[in-house]
Amino acid sequence: MEQQYIDLYTAHHESIKKHSAPAMNGLRDASFAQFEKLGFPTVALENYKYTDLKESLSIDYGLNINRIPIPVNPYDVFKCDVPGIHSYLYFVVNDGFYPVTDPRNTQLPDGVIIGSVKEVAATHPELLKDYFGKLSSTKEDGLIAFNGAFAQDGFFMYVPENVVLDKPVQLVNIMRADVDFMAVSHNVIILEKGAKAQLLVCDHTVDEVRFLSNRVTEVFVAENATYEHYKLENTHNKTTNLSTLLIDQDASSNVLANVITLHNGVTRNMIEIDVDGEHCETSLCGMVIGDKNQQVDNFTSIIHNKPNCNSRELFKYVLDDLAKGAFTGKLYVAKDAQKTAAFQTNRNILLKKTAKMRTKPQLEIYADDVKCSHGATIGSLDETALFYMRQRGISADEARLLLMFAFTNDVIENIRIPALQDRIKMLVEKRLRGELSKCEGCVICQ
Amino acid sequence: MLEIKNLHANINGKEILKGLSLSVNAGEVHAIMGPNGAGKSTLSSVLTGNPAFTVTEGDVTFNGKNLLELAPEDRSREGIFLSFQYPVEIPGVSMVNFMRTAVNEHRKYKNLEPMSASDFLRMQREKKELVEMDNKLANRSVNEGFSGGEKKRNEIFQMAMLDPKLSILDETDSGLDIDALRIVANGVNKLKRPDNASIVITHYQRLLDYIVPDFVHVLYDGRIVKSGGKELALELEERGYDWIKQEVDGK
Ligand SMILES: Nc1ncnc2c1ncn2[C@@H]1O[C@H](COP(=O)(O)OP(=O)(O)O)[C@@H](O)[C@H]1O
Ligand SMILES: [Mg+2]
Repeated sequence: MEQQYIDLYTAHHESIKKHSAPAMNGLRDASFAQFEKLGFPTVALENYKYTDLKESLSIDYGLNINRIPIPVNPYDVFKCDVPGIHSYLYFVVNDGFYPVTDPRNTQLPDGVIIGSVKEVAATHPELLKDYFGKLSSTKEDGLIAFNGAFAQDGFFMYVPENVVLDKPVQLVNIMRADVDFMAVSHNVIILEKGAKAQLLVCDHTVDEVRFLSNRVTEVFVAENATYEHYKLENTHNKTTNLSTLLIDQDASSNVLANVITLHNGVTRNMIEIDVDGEHCETSLCGMVIGDKNQQVDNFTSIIHNKPNCNSRELFKYVLDDLAKGAFTGKLYVAKDAQKTAAFQTNRNILLKKTAKMRTKPQLEIYADDVKCSHGATIGSLDETALFYMRQRGISADEARLLLMFAFTNDVIENIRIPALQDRIKMLVEKRLRGELSKCEGCVICQ
Repeated sequence: MLEIKNLHANINGKEILKGLSLSVNAGEVHAIMGPNGAGKSTLSSVLTGNPAFTVTEGDVTFNGKNLLELAPEDRSREGIFLSFQYPVEIPGVSMVNFMRTAVNEHRKYKNLEPMSASDFLRMQREKKELVEMDNKLANRSVNEGFSGGEKKRNEIFQMAMLDPKLSILDETDSGLDIDALRIVANGVNKLKRPDNASIVITHYQRLLDYIVPDFVHVLYDGRIVKSGGKELALELEERGYDWIKQEVDGK
């Protein structure tokens, strides 16, 4: 499986570099060497034992190395501007940043830079040089190495010191192709001291071909900055989504990441938050609604390197049919990270016996003055509650729905944009009712 | 209204109801008393269709319909209400949403339009007053974090909202102080009409000072073993259940 990509790189690395940016090319050969060494991860590896990617990776995907423009106008096919929230709206089609035409985006606060990595490499090379690959290049991971070798562009956002983005930034990833297609991208997000930003990432697929997305996102959150990262995945079941989110937190910063999988094929989210300063707040939440053959693996780590920080982790899964879920919650508290308070919860509901859930809390605590807890449960819907509701005249189906909806509610409450919270509530309810959870006005998902 | 004949039921293979018969007419209040473990809650579970229990023999008709064939939700919509001995906490489901869903499902069953939000709120306000229920409870999750007394009041509030034909109150008095007991009993009495009926399950006669029964039955070992007027409750209060047990077991 690896060989075709090794051959591809050997034959085309000049083109890959030519259509990318210097900051990305700087690490490229080293990443490739790393990929040659590691290959794609297999279930033999501890970190990948719950999700077998063999089938997804065996497909002969096309890559767009020569960056041929994709004939699509996302503004035509996608009108999913979450109503009620005004956002700065950007599109990535496959792995290419779509040129900005939304006039609202020109009203960004002073100094904020949003664009493609490639663009920014030309206009602000110094910004990229200091950050690109800083978090990802130290990881021993075949998917990240592959990304380093093949990613040619990505989304870039920079928020200068003390600047508050008045509206959320919405990044809509659209997968569109006529043949099985692989998109490889590398995003960089930088918040300077005291900056505030909210990013909503939506993943969608347009065409009925097989897609694989390998995306690495690096986020740098400086002192006192506040960053919220929402990911809403709503793709078809021929999609493989391999996503790595790496966040680095400096002192007194506040980070919330909330990853929601409403519909998908095979998803593996690797999320790592490094808390590298004192007095940080970290919330990492997620929700999965899976049925049919969907697979979702959230592999998460929160690394407390400094004292006096709080973290909370909350993941919930509702799995039906043959869906498979996995959750790993690694919590690392370094020896010096005294007074850490870290709480982790993973709760799962299996609606049928055929659905499967694997959950693995992994606590490594080297400090002695800490408050840490974790809890994981796998169960079915509460029969006594179901009967109670039916006794009041609520049908069994409706009662089940109310319970499932209630179950996911505390994850939804961890959305700090009220309009987005309402929207996601509605989408989740539709999804649980078995209606396709498309965004209103979204031509793509119809 | 309700006709139970020779009802047998078991849970996990263990027979709990062993040939129970009882008939209840409109306008009547029946008290069912009996020692712990006699099968009183089992009776209320079986009448409301709790899937944990299996009926093995007997008939139950409710206003001419075969009750045992109906799904739990349809029994509710037909007018059977159970005030649970142990009301269930449902975190994340708000009281308002729960009640509105229930009321509208009842209306749909009667081919009525869903209630408008303002009518619903007005009705809710009225019924809350009946049991002197704290306003803030309506905004919380169903029974979550409610005190014992609040849970019981909430049961009667729901009963008032759904306006049942037959209400079964399973130990609604247990765990209530005297004030709460009076409020709950008052609520029940105000809801009493010539065209509805109640079964009041208790093992204290105390509640029956407030909700005066027309008939008192003793349930023991899965059967009604004795029936009488309200004076039977006083006698049980005085003499306990041992004499009944002896009468039955001695046979
Ligand atoms: N889930 C159950 N599994 C097995 N036995 C049960 C269960 N629930 C109740 N029982 C038994 O059924 C009998 C009657 O219980 P119950 O109807 O609750 O009595 P009461 O309400 O009169 O105190 C008791 O012996 C009790 O132990
Ligand atoms: Mg009982």
